[in-house]
Amino acid sequence: MNPKSAAKRAQREERNYLDRVRPHDWKNPEPQVIYDLAILGAGPAGIEAAETAARAGFKVALIERNRLGGNSLNAGSIPSKAVIRTANVYAQMHDADEFGAPMPTEPAVDFTNVMARMRAIRSRIGEYHTAPRFARIGVDLFFGEACFTDRNAIAVAGAHISFRKALIATGARPRPSNIPGLDMVGYRTSDSIFDMTALPKRIAVIGGGPLGCEIAQALRRLGPQVTILQNDAKFLPREERDAAEILSRSMARCGVEIRLNTTVTGARKGDNGVILKTYNNDIEVDLETDQVLLSIGRVPNLDGLGLDKAHVAYDAKRGIIVDDFLCTANPDIYAAGDVCMALKFTNAAQASAQMAVENALCGGKGRHDALMIPWCTYCDPEIAHIGLHIWEARRDAVPIRTFTVMMHDIDRAVTDSQDGGFIKIHVAQHSDKILGATITASHASEMINEVSVLMNAGIGMMALARMPHAYPTQSQGILLAARAFMSDKSAGACSPGRSKASPRR
Amino acid sequence: MDPALSDDEALPTRLQKAAFSYFTEFCDSDTGLVADTSRDGSPASIAVVGFALSCYPIGVKNGWMSRADAARQTLKILRFFSRSEQSKDPDATGYKGLYYHFLDMKTGKRVWRCELSLIDSALLMAGILVAGVYYEGGGDDEAEIRKLSDELYRRADWHWSESGDGTIAQGWKPECHFLNYGWEGYNEATILYFLGLGSPDFALSSHGYTSWGLTYQWERLLGQDVLYSGPLFTHYFSHAWIDFRGIRDAFMREKNSDYFQNTIRTIALHREYACRNPLAFSGYNRDFWGVTAGDGPGDQDLRANGRDRRFFGYMSRGIPYGPDDGTIAPWAMLAALPFDPQAALAGTRHLLQAYPQVCQDGRFASGFNPTLEKNGTGWLSQGCYGLDQGLLVMMIENHRSGMIWDLFRRSSYVRTGLERAGFSGGWLRT
Repeated sequence: MNPKSAAKRAQREERNYLDRVRPHDWKNPEPQVIYDLAILGAGPAGIEAAETAARAGFKVALIERNRLGGNSLNAGSIPSKAVIRTANVYAQMHDADEFGAPMPTEPAVDFTNVMARMRAIRSRIGEYHTAPRFARIGVDLFFGEACFTDRNAIAVAGAHISFRKALIATGARPRPSNIPGLDMVGYRTSDSIFDMTALPKRIAVIGGGPLGCEIAQALRRLGPQVTILQNDAKFLPREERDAAEILSRSMARCGVEIRLNTTVTGARKGDNGVILKTYNNDIEVDLETDQVLLSIGRVPNLDGLGLDKAHVAYDAKRGIIVDDFLCTANPDIYAAGDVCMALKFTNAAQASAQMAVENALCGGKGRHDALMIPWCTYCDPEIAHIGLHIWEARRDAVPIRTFTVMMHDIDRAVTDSQDGGFIKIHVAQHSDKILGATITASHASEMINEVSVLMNAGIGMMALARMPHAYPTQSQGILLAARAFMSDKSAGACSPGRSKASPRR
Repeated sequence: MDPALSDDEALPTRLQKAAFSYFTEFCDSDTGLVADTSRDGSPASIAVVGFALSCYPIGVKNGWMSRADAARQTLKILRFFSRSEQSKDPDATGYKGLYYHFLDMKTGKRVWRCELSLIDSALLMAGILVAGVYYEGGGDDEAEIRKLSDELYRRADWHWSESGDGTIAQGWKPECHFLNYGWEGYNEATILYFLGLGSPDFALSSHGYTSWGLTYQWERLLGQDVLYSGPLFTHYFSHAWIDFRGIRDAFMREKNSDYFQNTIRTIALHREYACRNPLAFSGYNRDFWGVTAGDGPGDQDLRANGRDRRFFGYMSRGIPYGPDDGTIAPWAMLAALPFDPQAALAGTRHLLQAYPQVCQDGRFASGFNPTLEKNGTGWLSQGCYGLDQGLLVMMIENHRSGMIWDLFRRSSYVRTGLERAGFSGGWLRT
């Protein structure tokens, strides 16, 4: 596609998309006398809550100040995954000879096309979030800034909304800069990185969290020199060390430079770009770059919500304060998703929203810390995790054993030349109960779902060992872990009768 | 087979003697400091000095050195550490009774702006304690060795390196104070904790050892239940001094194992990994293994047989999670002698037959990589490293006579340190 038509396509897709998630001619409905549930924010949590409540026959008002779909659709999960996919195609072209295919001569990157594809995908997925769809399922959708006016009322775009229960699901946004001078020279965040219209030559990523790493690796594969500058001495400090180190080497292999233990103390304009002043121990180094991506975490969206009038307690860093049942200090108001959860992921937002609705409207007693939620870092290889980490088990004095299967021992991973990484399943020491898992593999995000099903259904290693898996598949490695469990001599100490998790009981 | 390779006694003895000679050949005549490597211009490494102090008694026992010479050499070293500068000065030898990792051979001053190293200070101190126990004779030299050994150990301020939560910093620099790295996961630092815990005046707190243990990973890997640590040397270093057979801390009681058993299983794991050889490196098999920290070919990439090969320089390599670039440490198989003599000897014989170049003048090189072919022979690290030679001398001796293990357990500080770490059973009962 030539650049002009690519640009036109991108514009067209963008118009389609906006028509779906924020129609310019939208008219807010006349509010009903009272709603069973008023929801602030139509991101993954808000939409999930609206659908759950409407399906159960409750009267629901859904309020969004910007676009439907939240950060996940507009700036987060969906756009980044679309771009990562393109980046992986380039990586595969570079590695073609590993697969016995001729390596293409230096494939050119057309960033406009990459972005056009991303916008088309976003628009297509946005189809499921069109404004009229909510009317069809009986949800009153309001666009505008919502603000509590008292304990049971909200003002939005001149309308007054009374509610029996409300759900705050306003999400979070990238933490802004606290680096002197960075505001002046300009920077992007995960919210704005995919608004770029051209690839810079050099990008510095400040902050080494999962999101920063995903974007760093994807951009590197599209051409720019990428340097990650990270305060922490450890790469991905919240991941298991073996997983983080495998990923760190993979990042290095594709040319991402990772500078750990490095603090950025200032930014200024230089002759040829932006100059970041960095410190590593006692060594001061200036790094010149063209673009800065700031990825230092997220802060909850609390501004302008009138939380004090609604008697909702909050903390600027932690967000809305909720109890175990996701209820705020006001018993009629609940919260879900990034605005209150430590795990800031789309699936955590959806799961917590569902729980909050059940607790608020149906007398449910679900505890959010009981949610067993998998989460992933979508680099190459991916890192996926669920449940306990080894160190958490040891900290909580839970004796565990870990059954590890290396990807290079899984036939399908070998046939696919995706044999880097591992599957680790953490099992209670004296039973076959699965307490957690970490998978580092090309398709870890797909494979972790099997472990999620096992754990949420209470299926243990002994039952798993008897469950047929398709062969050859990479997830067959999960079965191999169970087989290792069964072949363990000390497994004799673990009879089916002692396993709380085994479905045979 | 070459008769020089076939004898189970003669082969290790020959190699032990050659390794031992490193410590008489590469030491400074004034300071007594011992070079990090045999390469020209190498500075001294305090860890290598610790190994040297432990090896001299072995030399005496085997008739390679007179007791008087060993005592004189030892005294020279202890006097140096006792008299050298201890201050925050960037050129000092140490601070707080601990020492910089690398020192100038002649002046004993800090070089390369290196860090004050806790683990290397511990390895030095282990040698100092061996000297304090071994030289029990009546002469002036031996009396002074005992006195200095005690003073040097007692003045080391381990507690200073400990943060509020009990984490020990890996190092300190006068320019930026404590390094931002602590110990995470099982590794060679066990001896650092014991020596730090045993101190009468500057002891580490015992909860630091407990919280380090919280980062341990007990895994079933390639058919072995192991306390995981990737590089092989981490399963050797503390064992060069401490006999872990039958003594257990809380972690090993929970797992019904001990650290000695764990090294045996780890060796089996290394052999199994080499046998599976997932990255298809040249040479790897059940008798060619030993992925550990050491010298390597250097940062270079190679594309061979449709596989991306990335090689590294001096670094800590490990299995099964990597990094593994096809480089093994030729000494690492023989160092397994106390744990799995059959594996150690079979591997060493195979290595010396297939790749005799890895052993020059009887001393093993630090690294060998047959995947990266150079002149058809594979990449070979030049010269040799003091750490490797010292470990080998000690491991062969421990296998033969248990000499260092026996000496070390006679130190009351060691026993106190082990007990404070929660160890019991085995020889600690006596």
